[in-house]
Amino acid sequence: MNLPLLAALRDPAAIAGWDIPRLELLVRQARRANLLSRLALQVELDRLPEAPRRHFGGALVLARAQEEAIRREVAQVSEALRSVATTAVLLKGAGYLFAGLPPAPGRLFSDVDILVPREALPQVEAALMLRGWATTHHDPYDQRYYRKWMHELPPMQHITRQSVLDVHHTILPLTGRLHPDPDKLMRAARPLAGHPGLRVLAPVDMVLHSATHLFFNEEFSNGLRDLADLDSLLRHFGASAGFWRELPERARELELERPLFYALRYTRALLDTPGELHGLREPPAGLRRLMDGLFLRVLQPDHPTAGDWLSPLARRTLYLRAHWLRMPAALLAYHLAVKAWRRPEENPALQR
Amino acid sequence: MKLADLPQAELEERLRGAGLRLRTGPVVSEIRSAMPPLAEGLALLYGEYPVEDRDGFADFHVRIAPPANLRRWWRPQVQFQFDGAPPFHPLPADQAFPIFEWGLNWCVSAHCHHYLVLHAAVVEKQGGAMLLPAPPGSGKSTLCAGLVSRGWRLLSDELALIDPASGDIAPLARPVSLKNASIEVIRRFAPEARLSPVVHDTLKGSVAHMQASADSVRRAAEPARPRWVVLPRYEAGAKAALAPLPRGRAFMQLADSAFNYDLHGAEGFRVLADLVEGCRCYEFTYADLDDAVRIFDALAEGA
Repeated sequence: MNLPLLAALRDPAAIAGWDIPRLELLVRQARRANLLSRLALQVELDRLPEAPRRHFGGALVLARAQEEAIRREVAQVSEALRSVATTAVLLKGAGYLFAGLPPAPGRLFSDVDILVPREALPQVEAALMLRGWATTHHDPYDQRYYRKWMHELPPMQHITRQSVLDVHHTILPLTGRLHPDPDKLMRAARPLAGHPGLRVLAPVDMVLHSATHLFFNEEFSNGLRDLADLDSLLRHFGASAGFWRELPERARELELERPLFYALRYTRALLDTPGELHGLREPPAGLRRLMDGLFLRVLQPDHPTAGDWLSPLARRTLYLRAHWLRMPAALLAYHLAVKAWRRPEENPALQR
Repeated sequence: MKLADLPQAELEERLRGAGLRLRTGPVVSEIRSAMPPLAEGLALLYGEYPVEDRDGFADFHVRIAPPANLRRWWRPQVQFQFDGAPPFHPLPADQAFPIFEWGLNWCVSAHCHHYLVLHAAVVEKQGGAMLLPAPPGSGKSTLCAGLVSRGWRLLSDELALIDPASGDIAPLARPVSLKNASIEVIRRFAPEARLSPVVHDTLKGSVAHMQASADSVRRAAEPARPRWVVLPRYEAGAKAALAPLPRGRAFMQLADSAFNYDLHGAEGFRVLADLVEGCRCYEFTYADLDDAVRIFDALAEGA
């Protein structure tokens, strides 16, 4: 398999010496993986030939616009929540951005995710609705699905800006196998200078949440992007004293040892991320081999040049696994039956 | 090498196999397809375009193919694939050539953010580019096709690619998309124009594509300085009339028609403001293409 994207993520400086066909493949894979703009900030663009350089430049335009949009959006959320006596924790991309962490520069964002205490949900939702956010899934089944079983409200969308906000009250579904205590995450969260109502997760929790999100996810179109986030976080926090001791302890406390194990294993395997696995309970060897076969495939860019004949099967298997981990078997069967019954959506593009 | 220099068998073999690398202005697309209407459409309308080598850089890798479903015999379909993934749902198989054209437009508008990309036709004469931003149905493409068949150079009938650094417009010079009644209008107005076979019942009604003039294709590496912004409106029976358009309104019209104005932020505002500042701006009502050509030729002469 020809994987210039992984080589580029491991050693961005080397790109400048590549020939045109390799650069072309890199642009194609990085574009699909939403990593072109991240690489654009790590390469000396002036040393690239014009044709590929333009694609890196275009991706940067998109990333800068998204960063600005996320900054504005978070300011609006913060303003909307001022009347509610609670703090909101910025998760994932918005968290990295506001905490000024290394995954943020050049990252593409899809929406803003916040974590609030479950008991504050009614006031939070009401306050957001007063400021123009409205729920998106109007089907009664979907509303019940989110509100009764999931770890978040149905995604909210702002009626004029069209931006999407996910309001979480914990980090894994209520019906799932694992139950990390959200109060522990909220209590350890760090204040953000200049943003009184907002917080970000503590370093170890940020890594654990990033890992949990990635390795419990049902689809991996941003899998490598998220793995690159983890790589950046581990390299950054890993330099501070006590981090590698604290990480497995906290994982045990939050029931998140398994996703942490995968995070360390696959960042190392694909991105040469330094890390220490001491004190972490490992899955049995058979399961490890199975998961290697699945994750090492789906964490590649979803591109015809970066997979083999088993890649589609690996994606489908992990889709089922994510649902399996999300709810008990009977509920899952019911849920999949309801989803299968639905009609497909209308053609999304080609309006002009 | 030009596409016309490839024997038809060689063209089809490249499309079926390693891919045909076709240059349209600044964009090189690697195209694959085993569907005959695509090879025919390319041979008909893209003969003058450069074919690039495999050791150069291709911007987009596209494939026009039947989707992997069971509709091979019963109402067969065609799908546009971008790097192996379809950005849109499939369409009926006879729309293979239109979906290729629409797909390439999408490739540019969704990725080429190093340009400020507007939904507008652009033509050029005497070194000055004329931007025709307009909603569908305003007669923009018809007017564009009419001007191009009377000696104006085509930059694009759909996508104005503005280079933020220079403010100039980069040509794409791809075929002009004609819809419904305008197909017959152009056939009468320019009997020598080469049109692709009409495809009926598409999302946009009946469509055909008109070949870009040889001069437009030859000069596709030559950017043009924006000199006029003209907001066209077709009105049956109307007398052709060119009325000044306030710059503020021209600006809003351009911003509104942009694909990625929002992404360019303050820079996008500056680029568009400079563009409008350097242009004469008009509203144009017309019913007859001969009138239109006469008025615009006079405009170009006076410039």
